[in-house]
Amino acid sequence: MESKFDRRSFLRVTGTALSIGALYSVFPALTRKAGAEGLSRTLAELNGEAPAPFSFIQLSDTHVGFNGPPDPLGTKAFESAVATINGLKNRPELVIVTGDLTHDADSTDEHAKRFKLFKAISSKIGGAQIKVVPGENDAGLDGGDMFREFMGPTHYSFDHRGVHFIALDNVSAGRPVVGAAQIAWMKSDLARFPKTAPIIVFTHRPLFDLKPEWDWSTRDGDDVMNALAPYENVTVLYGHIHRENFHQSGRTKMYAARSLIFAFSDPATAPEKKPLPFDKAHPFKNLGIRRVNGNADGSDLQIEEVELATAEFSGTVGMDQLIKHGNADAQDE
Amino acid sequence: MKPSTINKIVNTILLAGVCEIGLVAVPPMVNLTRAAVNPNTKVIEISAKKFEFTPSEITLKKGERAILRLTSADRVHGFFSKELKFDTDIPFGKTTDVAVTPDTVGEFTIICDHYCGTGHGGMKMKVTVVE
Repeated sequence: MESKFDRRSFLRVTGTALSIGALYSVFPALTRKAGAEGLSRTLAELNGEAPAPFSFIQLSDTHVGFNGPPDPLGTKAFESAVATINGLKNRPELVIVTGDLTHDADSTDEHAKRFKLFKAISSKIGGAQIKVVPGENDAGLDGGDMFREFMGPTHYSFDHRGVHFIALDNVSAGRPVVGAAQIAWMKSDLARFPKTAPIIVFTHRPLFDLKPEWDWSTRDGDDVMNALAPYENVTVLYGHIHRENFHQSGRTKMYAARSLIFAFSDPATAPEKKPLPFDKAHPFKNLGIRRVNGNADGSDLQIEEVELATAEFSGTVGMDQLIKHGNADAQDE
Repeated sequence: MKPSTINKIVNTILLAGVCEIGLVAVPPMVNLTRAAVNPNTKVIEISAKKFEFTPSEITLKKGERAILRLTSADRVHGFFSKELKFDTDIPFGKTTDVAVTPDTVGEFTIICDHYCGTGHGGMKMKVTVVE
């Protein structure tokens, strides 16, 4: 199919650290370019919507049910993230969560409680669609059965504001693989789009060998990237590593998000993977959310990392209360 | 003879060549049966269970072929090292042999890459290859 799109500047994603995850704003460039009307019409026909600027949030690795060490706060960072999102001047229409919604549990009853608690907290985000993919803690032991029961399918796609989103599952096989069947599905799903269509893939594990000896890779990630290679405006958002990371493969940009529970050590300098110690003075240090912003005339998605508010927990007394509540939440649920 | 049959034979020969010559680490897809192991080959037994390998450290000699005999005490685990080219599962109730002839001196980490529970992220062992 002959593309009518501006090949250089379809999508720009900006990001800001919210300290609760990531907030994204998407500003498709086409609307201000010559020929943009035809392009918009084409995408509207394909997606049901023409591209338009918008922002969305990425949360990751909420690990509901985790009860430190190193992090004694339980769901407090997640709850703060929800409050931060609800306090944004421009509320996002879409929130994606890139896996490990729950922390795994020995009993299925306990794990089910954690899914319920995740849903209870995330449902407080006002006015936004919430789209999720599983992490290995959610789906690694039962092939994704409980995830599907509470959250829906483990892989799927949808369109939002002219952008095509693909949720990929690279955990429920037990091993870090996407699998031939899912890759074939993705190819088929993408076949209706021109090569310049804006595509955002979100998944849990990195789709490249970030640090295989730390289990930070997807064994058939190259097959996924080869399937995406013909498309010129692809962004991959993922979690799992509990820290920010940027990697570019061909034209595809890949961003890892911080977690909402604890951070892992820096793979470039640390001899082994370890959770970073809890800092009582800065309880949400290294945690956060991400906002993605599109730019009307840009060529990149702009990532905005947003810090979590901690004012209400300032001071020793506040911190003691916070820690106490965090533990109680984790045990009660 | 059909081309597919010829391919199978060629693949079998190539596979056998890799096993015997052991140029680097033998890909774990070429798991060996116990009967195929040369009696002079060093055999190291490694047991996996949630969330540890026993022993947690082994030493191999560069250029010397060894068999890693893998078993699991509880459930399926993974046995993965990109550098040593190990990528296999360790099923419960079955022995899995993997041949290796290391060609590089150094320390390598093997991880369980088949999710096995909350302690999975720390399930690993060390392989030291010496001259």
